[in-house]
Amino acid sequence: MKRNSKGSAATPAILSLLIVLLVAITAYVFISGKFQAPPPITEVGKLVDQQYVLTLIVTSVVFILSQLGLAWVIFRYRDRGQKAQYNHGNNKFEAIWTTATIVLFVGLGLMAHHAWAVTHLQPAGADALQIEVTTNQFVFNFRYAGPDGKFGRLDVNQISPENGNPVGVDSADPNGKDDIVVPTLTIPVNREIELLIRSQDVIHNFYVRELRLQQDAVPGMVIPIHFTASQTGRYDILCTQLCGLGHYKMHSFLNVVSEQDYEAFLKQNAAQ
Amino acid sequence: MSSHAHSAVHVPPAPTGFWRKYIFSIDHKVIGIQYYLLALLSVAVGIFLSVLMRLHLVWPAAHLPFISGGLMTPEQYLSLLTMHGTIMVFFVLTTAPQSGFGNYFLPIQIGAPDMAFPVINMMSFWVTFVALCFMLAAFFVPGGAPLSGWTTYTPLSGVGAITGTGEGMGQTMWLISIVLFCFASLMGALNFIATTIDLRAPGMTLMRMPLTVWAWFVTAVLGLLAFGVLLAGGLLLILDRSAGTSFFLPSGMVISGVVQNHAGGSPLLWQHLFWFFGHPEVYIAILPGMGVASHVLSTFSRKPVFGYRAMAYALCAIGFLGFMVWGHHMFVSGMNPFSGFAFSVLTMSIGVPSAIKTFNWLGTLWGGKIQFKSPMLFAIGFVSLFVSGGLSGLFLAQPAIDQYLHATYYVVAHFHLVMGVAAIFGIFAATYFWYPKMFGRMMNESLAKWHFWFTFVGTYCIFMPMHFVGIAGGIRRYSEASAAEYLMNLQPAHMFMTIAAFVTAAAQLFFFINFFGSLKFGPIAAKNPWDATTLEWITDSPPAHDNFGGNYPSVYRGPYEFSVPGAPRDFIPQDQKPGAVE
Repeated sequence: MKRNSKGSAATPAILSLLIVLLVAITAYVFISGKFQAPPPITEVGKLVDQQYVLTLIVTSVVFILSQLGLAWVIFRYRDRGQKAQYNHGNNKFEAIWTTATIVLFVGLGLMAHHAWAVTHLQPAGADALQIEVTTNQFVFNFRYAGPDGKFGRLDVNQISPENGNPVGVDSADPNGKDDIVVPTLTIPVNREIELLIRSQDVIHNFYVRELRLQQDAVPGMVIPIHFTASQTGRYDILCTQLCGLGHYKMHSFLNVVSEQDYEAFLKQNAAQ
Repeated sequence: MSSHAHSAVHVPPAPTGFWRKYIFSIDHKVIGIQYYLLALLSVAVGIFLSVLMRLHLVWPAAHLPFISGGLMTPEQYLSLLTMHGTIMVFFVLTTAPQSGFGNYFLPIQIGAPDMAFPVINMMSFWVTFVALCFMLAAFFVPGGAPLSGWTTYTPLSGVGAITGTGEGMGQTMWLISIVLFCFASLMGALNFIATTIDLRAPGMTLMRMPLTVWAWFVTAVLGLLAFGVLLAGGLLLILDRSAGTSFFLPSGMVISGVVQNHAGGSPLLWQHLFWFFGHPEVYIAILPGMGVASHVLSTFSRKPVFGYRAMAYALCAIGFLGFMVWGHHMFVSGMNPFSGFAFSVLTMSIGVPSAIKTFNWLGTLWGGKIQFKSPMLFAIGFVSLFVSGGLSGLFLAQPAIDQYLHATYYVVAHFHLVMGVAAIFGIFAATYFWYPKMFGRMMNESLAKWHFWFTFVGTYCIFMPMHFVGIAGGIRRYSEASAAEYLMNLQPAHMFMTIAAFVTAAAQLFFFINFFGSLKFGPIAAKNPWDATTLEWITDSPPAHDNFGGNYPSVYRGPYEFSVPGAPRDFIPQDQKPGAVE
């Protein structure tokens, strides 16, 4: 047998095996559930998870078929001295996989609409509890309107964390007298919450994994988001938008508590 | 769009002096190699920065070399990630595949003596070089390199050192560098477009162009439309920083207790301008790799490209759609949520031409006679990585899912696989494929294979676990995991990735040794060592100053005529007259 008339089988065999291993290990990690999002605490979070699972199924099928197809084809058609087929393609196949991917991918995108629309395209209900979220390098502050239900005006010149006024509530506005400002977010369970998200300096983010929610806080804008948490507990709030050297430690907690505990929280923090 | 006759060919005599021959050369081949070497220098810096970051992430108390003070501070970490991203995206992924290989091989593959505008070509390179100098100098100015990420979101980047030390002089240097880079890329894009349209050899119709040429051409059109926008955005941001304007800065900002004297601007405007450039940029990085993958897969399968026309149309479709999806980077930015939905559906539809390309690559391999030479290994690796990285994008394209995964390591994993590693595999495939033509010597095949095995396994070991860390909510751009308990629980996965990154980075020595060693010790390359069909293989290795030694080719057939029944050999070069071989 002439040298170089055909290639060795070792290289295609190893490469195919590596690709099969890639598929197997990836599938194993997903199935084992070692890396998972924590359970959602909102109905919307469950919708998001459903859409995630649907997308995972579609992409898994494409991933497994393409990778295993690649592994098979490179091993099957390795150079064994045969003659390659001469053809320039097949329009029927092109039409089939183009149509199939349009239906799959665009269809998937359209189905995702619902989970997005319920939080972002529909406003919060009129009786939602409004809480203002103010971010600055590298802290969160949360403002409650107090017994009068009205937020006081803000004045940038009165911002003074040292004097207990980190968000700059205007001392001349009577609506602001009873406003409560605290560094952690406490909310009652099973009640719709509308957060009004703002920033004093650079762009920050409000991220709670269990809410399946991430929203930038942009200076010059007040961005509303709404949700109803159905599970009491204590959850991490993290900043996920690069905001400077203290970005990695910009952190707070979301406490979801019973109605009674929420009332107690308000009393305890009531403005004097 | 007629091809010019050969009478139009006018090539000045080859320069003899050192400076005009090697430094200020107007020969597209020299300029291509200059771009390639610039990318090689940049990628070494970029890899080094990433290894430092990976070490810091798992051993935050370790003393690291080249870090002032030894211990890395949070702002130094942010500077490293900013510079890593910027250097890799601009000075590696944009320069090597397009300006490097495109410059060298586009004119030869279409049978032209040089680029349409050789002097502008030289200027493109030297402006890029100056841009790189400004970028690297940012490390050494007072305050150090900028820390606002390669995306440079305002107001963090717009108000000076008050938001962080690197945001002073370092950020200004960064912006000057980017503006220069955009200018150079615009000149380069014009040149590529004019050359492809005007300088094709007789018979080189659009549908006979190699898919590499199609890819470089579409990429040049993207560059022409995208870099102009970033150029404008960069200039406006420089004005915001230094001339007191407020294009991107709103009123009422209070930074470190100081009320800022700005009003009327919009931070989201910067994001729109940036991503209007930034999304096409990912296709600028990956399209040439797709061209190279098609080219190499066909050559080493000894088979015509499956669905050549579909491949060319898919490149155009990706380029076209690529301009309408920038908003998917901004789902959680506070942008109008209705537009989020529109951007989402458009983004999902980009999956269609991407899938067409993947299926056609598999179709090209199907029924072939596959030779596992090093360029082929990297091209096959490209397909695998492109599938993996592309599919994870389908999650991020849906705003409902993105609002969970945005800014987690999932995103980092996704774009590294698909536009980083896949594009780099395209560069490696191109290097191992064209090195004999460029330098007249063969590379060492054993070193190349070891390079492939380590890099293929290594990059998957870095970036597949990174997806999982993201799914668990691991946040990117954190210099430490101390903020939350669940982040600390992800540290073992980070340890695994750091070790993989270290091994993969070290394995690149196989490549560097092979690249530079083969210049001296590689066996002399023949004209056509791979039995390939396109025009670069009919000329000498390396080609003469005018590319074809005066014998300009005419083209009679398509670019991938392999294993034609009845032909004496299993390939027919494009300049072979019909009837001469069949």
